[in-house]
Amino acid sequence: MGVTVDKATLLRLYEKMVLIRAFEERFRQEMEAGRLVAYGHLYSGQEAVAVGVCAHLGPQDYTAITYRGHGVAIARGLDTKAMMAEIYGRATGTNRGRGGSMHIADFRHGILGANVVVGATIPLAAGAALSAQLLKTGGVAVAFFGDGAVNQGVFHEGLNLAAVWKLPLLLVCENNLYAQSTPVDYATSVERLVDRAAAYSMPGLVADGQDVFSVYQVAGEAISRLRAGEGPIFLECPTYRFSGHYVGDNTLRYRSREEEAYHRERDCLRRFRERVVADGSLLSQELEALDGRGQALLDEAVRFAEGSPPPPPEEIARDLYAS
Amino acid sequence: MAQRRLTYIQAVNEALRQEMRRDPSIILMGEDIAGGAGREEQGIVDAWGGPFGVTKGLIQEFGAERVRDTPISEMGFIGAAVGAAMTGLRPVVELIFSDFLGVALDQIMNQAAKMRYLLAGEVKVPLVIRTTFGASLTGSQYLGGGTGPQHSQALYAPLVHIPGLKCIAPSNAYHAKGLYAAAIRDDNPVVIFDHKLLYPQHVPVPEEAYTLPIGRAEVRREGRDVTLVGISRMVDVCLEAASALAQEGIQAEVIDLLSLSPLDEEAVLGSLARTKRLVIVDESYPRCSVAGDIAALAADKGFDFLDAPVKTVTSPHAHIPYSSALEELYLPNAARVVAVVKEVMGKE
Repeated sequence: MGVTVDKATLLRLYEKMVLIRAFEERFRQEMEAGRLVAYGHLYSGQEAVAVGVCAHLGPQDYTAITYRGHGVAIARGLDTKAMMAEIYGRATGTNRGRGGSMHIADFRHGILGANVVVGATIPLAAGAALSAQLLKTGGVAVAFFGDGAVNQGVFHEGLNLAAVWKLPLLLVCENNLYAQSTPVDYATSVERLVDRAAAYSMPGLVADGQDVFSVYQVAGEAISRLRAGEGPIFLECPTYRFSGHYVGDNTLRYRSREEEAYHRERDCLRRFRERVVADGSLLSQELEALDGRGQALLDEAVRFAEGSPPPPPEEIARDLYAS
Repeated sequence: MAQRRLTYIQAVNEALRQEMRRDPSIILMGEDIAGGAGREEQGIVDAWGGPFGVTKGLIQEFGAERVRDTPISEMGFIGAAVGAAMTGLRPVVELIFSDFLGVALDQIMNQAAKMRYLLAGEVKVPLVIRTTFGASLTGSQYLGGGTGPQHSQALYAPLVHIPGLKCIAPSNAYHAKGLYAAAIRDDNPVVIFDHKLLYPQHVPVPEEAYTLPIGRAEVRREGRDVTLVGISRMVDVCLEAASALAQEGIQAEVIDLLSLSPLDEEAVLGSLARTKRLVIVDESYPRCSVAGDIAALAADKGFDFLDAPVKTVTSPHAHIPYSSALEELYLPNAARVVAVVKEVMGKE
């Protein structure tokens, strides 16, 4: 990749990626140590996708995210203290303890909810793109979804609708090769998921979902085209989740050690570090400072979550309706 | 001056037009709501005006951006309507028949209904979903039958079950106009159930825009002996039954429920406190139904008022048949209501 990225952006990309990894690994550690009982799906391994795409988004833009959504949430600027408190089911959580790990989102950061229903992000984001188009806000919408979503009916309806209405919608398919435990090549009729785009006459792009430079460049071009009014674009990011479908899932029941080792070698954090140090654009000490900052933020997040009160009883039927 | 009369269709059309003039963020989406996809270059701007003609003429005034024909993709465009409602538009979408709820249920049940709650109260979802329901009874006028088991169901109960939604069922053109305006101005997802047989019926309707409160039932006829609760077209059945009962000296009070969710418990219990007897008339299936829900309310909060068992008059727990011979048998009618009222009055 020949893309040049300025130093401030490089630092920001790394800071976000490393914070996502720290968050996910801390979540896992708290679970494994028995200090936390929760249900969640880790983003570790896929950081380059969320960070590379969201680097191009501003306050006028919307994202619809999935239950494997901590990455985009952090990339969109959510506070890790409130996110951790949400997983702990506390009143101070991003969703006031109503959703837990799978639903971490904050509308004030342009997130149209974190959905556990596979593919449901697509029409929601299409709707936000329709608002942007009709209200002429200059904004775009991004639907994140996994490889499992491409076989859902709602995917096909959403892509067709976005195409016929030329909506400013980026469809980011995070292909981590498994829908729960089911391999993508077993479940999907096309060899490359990006080929699904052709059926809806929209451009289909591919970026290396384990290389933030690749995602940053390709997503940047795509989002510029959306802002220019060219209509929806499909972006497939082949990537890999380092852990199971959910925390506690033993991946060796359906993935080989060799395959996992291959993808760990391609870890987006490791490749980023090697590249920027080798070409002299960042110093090791600058990276280590951000590593340390991530760990410190997570220590603070866990302390905040543990020290936060649970939601009070009167929360049980709050916010069902706007008055 | 004689009051102007409008059909239910005209009243809804007028409500949509008046609200769209008032608020440019209101858009309409649905299958064939213009018809011919508003292709002006072909001179076809309004081929259908909606499958029932409810949206006729609106594309001429508001244009194809705001009156949007959709592909047949209910989960796609209703899902998009939820996203649009969260981000500055006020979509009014049409689901042609409530029977098609199944293909878009996730968008309504998990998306529209839960967004505000899940997003910690930081977002509003000002969305209206209009749909039709009910058997068509064409067989009472022609040979043949109605629209059969996938075009006739009264599927409000599944949505009344879901918190976060409001569900209303107007009973005539006057109530439809006011409740439509209220639904469009509401900052929550509201599902409106129009009974197909009410569409051609007309009553006096004021020309100026007005709203009626969602969540409020209305006493349509006063009486001291028994309370009849009706939903949508069944209100007419209740009123017909009440007239017949009056001939026999039984004074039935008729409550038009109008709002299925929220439910006006006070109106039902207040009437029951006066009459001591309750019969609920609902053309929907009897299991897990609105009728059953109101009966449970009476048992729970109105038991001390009751002088007789609560009764429901509903369809059988069976699919709606096409043949007019069976469809007429299937639906509640005034004769059945009269018989049940006499039973609770001890005057069989």
